Amino acid sequence: MDKLISDLKIQIIEQLNLQEVKPEDIADDQPLFVEGLGLDSIDALELIVLLQQHYKIKLSNADEGPKVFRSVKTMAEYITAHQSRNV
Amino acid sequence: MKVLSSNIYITASCSINDHVVCKNETQLFENKGVSLADFLLSVYHHFGITYPKFYKMDNLSKLGWLASEILLKDSFHEGEYKPGSIGVVLANANSSLDTDMRYYETVKDIPSPALFVYTLPNIVIGEICIRQHFEGENAFFIFDEFDAGFIEQYVSGLINNNILQACVCGWVELLGEHYKTVLFLIENAKKAEGISFTKENLIKIYKPENG
Repeated sequence: MDKLISDLKIQIIEQLNLQEVKPEDIADDQPLFVEGLGLDSIDALELIVLLQQHYKIKLSNADEGPKVFRSVKTMAEYITAHQSRNV
Repeated sequence: MKVLSSNIYITASCSINDHVVCKNETQLFENKGVSLADFLLSVYHHFGITYPKFYKMDNLSKLGWLASEILLKDSFHEGEYKPGSIGVVLANANSSLDTDMRYYETVKDIPSPALFVYTLPNIVIGEICIRQHFEGENAFFIFDEFDAGFIEQYVSGLINNNILQACVCGWVELLGEHYKTVLFLIENAKKAEGISFTKENLIKIYKPENG
């Protein structure tokens, strides 16, 4: 899980062009939107693309979005759960 | 139609062309021999700007947005006008074609939402207005080349009809590595460096012979 979280931070910075943010600036539990990293609705769409490109996961239910993308940790948990379902 | 622009002034200008940045026709920065993307980033760093959203913009927005930052720095003070009385009127020849083509490339795989939102030329106006808190009239026109007469007439109309008191206007053109932007700050109050807002003065500053 630690490796996945670490990879996700790098991928988020790259995918969202957060050039003034370093992986260590993002806490595992830090909210990604609004008061946390300050991401917006377009960033949310880019995170969906990230899941699809890097982890072959399609977010089928839009209502899951806020829960899945709450933090890097929740994203990692979602990816892990999804991958173990597909094993 | 007679244009009444005798009490309207060009109070500042900024051009970014051929990897050179000028304000009020004085060169402030030059960085030749690098790509456009690297040049725009170097302008951002050189002027000590901090605005993380800059990195997310497409090249057209970066170009126009940087020019507006340099144009307004030390020439314009927030609070001088009501937000609703400051507008932005821009034009170019190739619309958002540069980003349209980049977006089209991504459609072959997974379309990029971040690129899609820049597939309109007037997004650069939105970026400027968000940064500067401008809420006045705005428009983006597509012309074959910079039409100083149209800009004079259109902006004078907005100011003479009390729709605006100040306006950022000009040309923001970009396609691939070819680009040119010249922005003007137009106000209905004369300032020390202000010159009359006329077609001739716009052309003189624009320097059509330079691209």
